[in-house]
Amino acid sequence: MSASATALAEAPATEGSLKVIQDATCTFCGCVCDDIDLTVKDNHIIEAKRACVLGKAWFLNHKTEDRPSCLIDGQPASLEAGYDRAARILVEGKYPIIYGLSDSPCEAQRVAVSIADWINGTIDTTTSVCHGPSGMAFQGVGEVTCSLGEVINRGDMIMFWGSNPAESHPRHFTKYSLMPKGMFLPNGRKDRTCVIVDVRKTKSAKAADIFVQIKPRADFEGLWALRALSKGIDLDPVQVKRDTGVELAVWQDLMHRMKACKFGVIFFGMGLTMTRGKHANSEALLALTRDMNAYTRFVAKPNRGHGNVTGADNVVAWRTGYPFGVNHSRGYPRFNPGEYTTSDTLANGEADSGMTIACDPMANFSEPARRHLASIPYIALDTKETPTTRAAAVAFTVATYGIHTGGTVYRMDDVPIPLRPSCESPNPSDLEVLTQIERRVKALIGITG
Amino acid sequence: MPETFILIPGRTSDQGCGISEGKFLEKYQREINSLQVAPGDMTRLGIVAGDRVRLTSEDGQVEVCVVPAKADELPVGMLFIAYGDISSKLMGGDTHGSGMPTSKGIDVQMELIRPAAV
Amino acid sequence: MTIEYTKISGGTVYDPANGIDGLVRDLWIVDGRIVEPPTDPTVTPTKTIDASGLVVMPGGIDMHCHIAGPKVNVARKMRPEDKRKGEQIHRTNVTHSGTMGSVPSTFATGYKYIGMGYTTAFDAAIPPLGARHAHEEFEDTPCIDKGFYVLMGNNHYVMQSLQRNEPERLKAFIGWLLASTKGFAPKLVNPGGVEVWKSHQAGNVSGLHQKVDHFEVTPLQIIQGVARAADELKLPHAVHIHCNNLGMPGNWTTTLETMKALEGHRGHITHAQFHSYGGGDADENTFNSKVAPLAEYVNSHPNLTIDVGQVLFGETTSMTGDGPLGYYLSKVYGGKWFSGDTEMESGCGITPIKYKNKSLVHALQWAIGLEWYLLVEDPWRVVMSTDHPNGGSFLAYPQIIRMLMDRTYRQDILKTCHPLVRERSQLGDLNREYSLNEIAIITRAGPARILGLKHKGHLGPGADADITIYTPHENKEIMFELPRTVIKSGRVLVDQGEIREVLTGKTLHVDPNYDRDMEQGIQDWFEKYYSIRWRNYPVDLSYLHESEIVPMITSP
Ligand code: SF4
Ligand SMILES: [Zn+2]
Repeated sequence: MSASATALAEAPATEGSLKVIQDATCTFCGCVCDDIDLTVKDNHIIEAKRACVLGKAWFLNHKTEDRPSCLIDGQPASLEAGYDRAARILVEGKYPIIYGLSDSPCEAQRVAVSIADWINGTIDTTTSVCHGPSGMAFQGVGEVTCSLGEVINRGDMIMFWGSNPAESHPRHFTKYSLMPKGMFLPNGRKDRTCVIVDVRKTKSAKAADIFVQIKPRADFEGLWALRALSKGIDLDPVQVKRDTGVELAVWQDLMHRMKACKFGVIFFGMGLTMTRGKHANSEALLALTRDMNAYTRFVAKPNRGHGNVTGADNVVAWRTGYPFGVNHSRGYPRFNPGEYTTSDTLANGEADSGMTIACDPMANFSEPARRHLASIPYIALDTKETPTTRAAAVAFTVATYGIHTGGTVYRMDDVPIPLRPSCESPNPSDLEVLTQIERRVKALIGITG
Repeated sequence: MPETFILIPGRTSDQGCGISEGKFLEKYQREINSLQVAPGDMTRLGIVAGDRVRLTSEDGQVEVCVVPAKADELPVGMLFIAYGDISSKLMGGDTHGSGMPTSKGIDVQMELIRPAAV
Repeated sequence: MTIEYTKISGGTVYDPANGIDGLVRDLWIVDGRIVEPPTDPTVTPTKTIDASGLVVMPGGIDMHCHIAGPKVNVARKMRPEDKRKGEQIHRTNVTHSGTMGSVPSTFATGYKYIGMGYTTAFDAAIPPLGARHAHEEFEDTPCIDKGFYVLMGNNHYVMQSLQRNEPERLKAFIGWLLASTKGFAPKLVNPGGVEVWKSHQAGNVSGLHQKVDHFEVTPLQIIQGVARAADELKLPHAVHIHCNNLGMPGNWTTTLETMKALEGHRGHITHAQFHSYGGGDADENTFNSKVAPLAEYVNSHPNLTIDVGQVLFGETTSMTGDGPLGYYLSKVYGGKWFSGDTEMESGCGITPIKYKNKSLVHALQWAIGLEWYLLVEDPWRVVMSTDHPNGGSFLAYPQIIRMLMDRTYRQDILKTCHPLVRERSQLGDLNREYSLNEIAIITRAGPARILGLKHKGHLGPGADADITIYTPHENKEIMFELPRTVIKSGRVLVDQGEIREVLTGKTLHVDPNYDRDMEQGIQDWFEKYYSIRWRNYPVDLSYLHESEIVPMITSP
């Protein structure tokens, strides 16, 4: 294994004294801000400079839980016993699933994929219930995109579609998309036009120069209208208003501005992927972005949620060839969203054992999926107690990545960033737990080395 | 007679902070159990802040507490709730071959459980 | 303590770097290295591999492929249809499962290279911001040693230094960038053109003399500046150049000008096939081969080396750091298209493509690649590549070997091609056939020398014990696609076509000496424009697992 998990750890401070960790990385959201200065006292973060409200809540509430590192059937147990039991659950299952991983460093994600491979299991990440549909859309039309620094330096028209960064990615505007002064935008916000398209007037809408309020479940129609307009196709104003809830003139004006800008950017969120149309919505948006490159430069980027959900996509893809929802039951990777994705393997009652890592399906999944998960033996790794850890056969309380442990995370634009741990935890890291489980899994199925 | 609304579950600041602070703590629980309703709808239906309502979708039923949506954040006919345990109970298991259940833009019927105290 | 020897006995050895052309020799290995045979005749090896009747060569070296990092992984994510059709790699007790298609998963990549007798590979285009990603994938790409070239032909700091006429600053920056990324060599991709693409619809430069706006420098200046700096830094591998105007009819003049621009400095022109086209003004009807004049120039200029970038007929994925090229190809083929611009550094384009033998352009591309192998006189300066996966998979190397060693075979393929190929290229008239010794040069000894790898590409004492043993066969494709035994770092990883054992393999990188006083200036610039912090940019040693610093050369 890579030693990078601990490489950037700083020496522990002596009691009572203050320690400052510069350029620490916040992993609470996909912005993955790597400019946080942490002040640590007595193994506690007391200040998180530059972090937003979500980031502060993340850093300042990391207090070590008053919980055992391992619980078996709800009873405190030794880690060794937990590892043994976990390995047995995974090996004995006929259809074991491993799910989550969006709040784990890549080093741990890699081990999770290994385990799935050894047990002929299914590996899926929270991508499947976040931008999985955008991943499918990407496989349909591709994507024109860029790193966030390009947005800073060139983006003069910034659009958000079905995304509310003011509440989900609070530093998005100030750090990357609206406010920064960039190489070719010396006046920052003044040099940019901001357009927000949403079904409700979110907190983000206040930041917009133009707010377009579309009908719920009409994202596809709105995007398709723009595609038509980009190609100069005449549209019926009555139909457009009826289908999108927005006047044709508004769409026409928007297209005019989109063509006139130098470097347009559309950030899109789960307003597209979670609603009727799902991947068709994302595909329409990616196709529109592509179309726009016949007139000017235009890029699109999903606003990814969790700190390392982008890393999960990358790790699963480089190891298996597919980004999420990967099944190994035939001894090699197969991919089929809607079949091997966790919402489906659970709701359809197929999985018979599992492991969840840094995710909470018992709170976030549909009733039939939750009911099924509650009925099968599974292992849960989380930093805190959640509905999912409560119902697990084996629950590990793990150290928090980016606070207690190092490693690598990928920002929403696929830029890999190292973590700088600041505190110590009595609990093992998820890398450690997964490595131990992998070792036992291999022994149980007769693989040496 | 319950009326049909479109429910949008989504992220909020308090919900996000609550994840870090603890999912069993009051702040998080309050946030994910609060339903934002457009002021216009509240007046029309005689709902006041703090009322409990029952939401019924094709796939589930929950009871939540009403808070008025701010200013013009919500158009009439639309409801908003912070994404979490409660909102997910209204979601179906079918992903339509996408891996993603329909988790936003869900049709729900809303009915008042008890009239507001006079 | 007794020394544990492994002996490969009685093989017919091809070791061109040491002047051994098909002689029966024993090889002795200790601790992963080749050693002098023990002087004491009573010494017996711990392990003996009987290679009598077999052909023994150094392990193959792929000096230009795309196997790791951001764009390779995007291509995997984008093309499930390609993977579902491809071979499935089953898990065994020693190997992980994986998928193939034109862009194999990481483990599959390692297994396939070693299975083909290749023991080292270099990814040719990593954006510095994605270097950490490339290293992470390398750790999951087993069995081979690997390294990467660092994209810098559109780097703002490079262009700014040239604009201000500060060659010392440029040199320091290149040293710093290679050290920070743990990369191996400077790579130019469409120098200047990608920057224009970032700021203009369908933007590109048209030739070496067009100024890149904002920076007011030309591709010519970038090529000359970086080539000189690479030589002055004494980098083991010179500047690695993907010329401007890739794929365009008439682009051979740009290529020739690029070669001339080097003015005697070392330079490697990569996938030369894609840059050797005659014909006018983007007119496909006049498309023809211009290998002859370019090869003639290479033949008379020892500072130049090339790899071919052979095209094979079939479906594959085009992936390039050349953003405008990706846009152009996506319009030609009409399929899905990925474009990704990386701040301050580079671009990227990916699209599925298909080469057809009945297409005049494609068949000419195929013929032009072969012409390059056959017209460069000195095999030490031409290297086998498909620019994997751009021209085709690295798994096509055995077939290319057969085409080079068997003129009847290649003429038979030529007969299936578009009839005009014979008029527009001279492939039909080229009778040269490669010898086994020459094949050993263009697939291992040559690339090792061009890369400055003193321990690789040969079988003399001190060399890494990376050795491939082949069963001779009339059909050279059969001979080379399934080696009898492959030894990496002295360990038998492949025997009779089966992987017996795996190892991680080393990362090869450089650590140039540069003027550290220049770092403050770099930092000031960095902090003004990048979206990540200065301290989080360099790749630290923990990412290198097993690694080796390849030393600078003594003189260019
Ligand atoms: S924007 Fe996201 S990554 Fe940045 S500080 Fe806030 S929560 Fe953390
Ligand atoms: Zn290449």
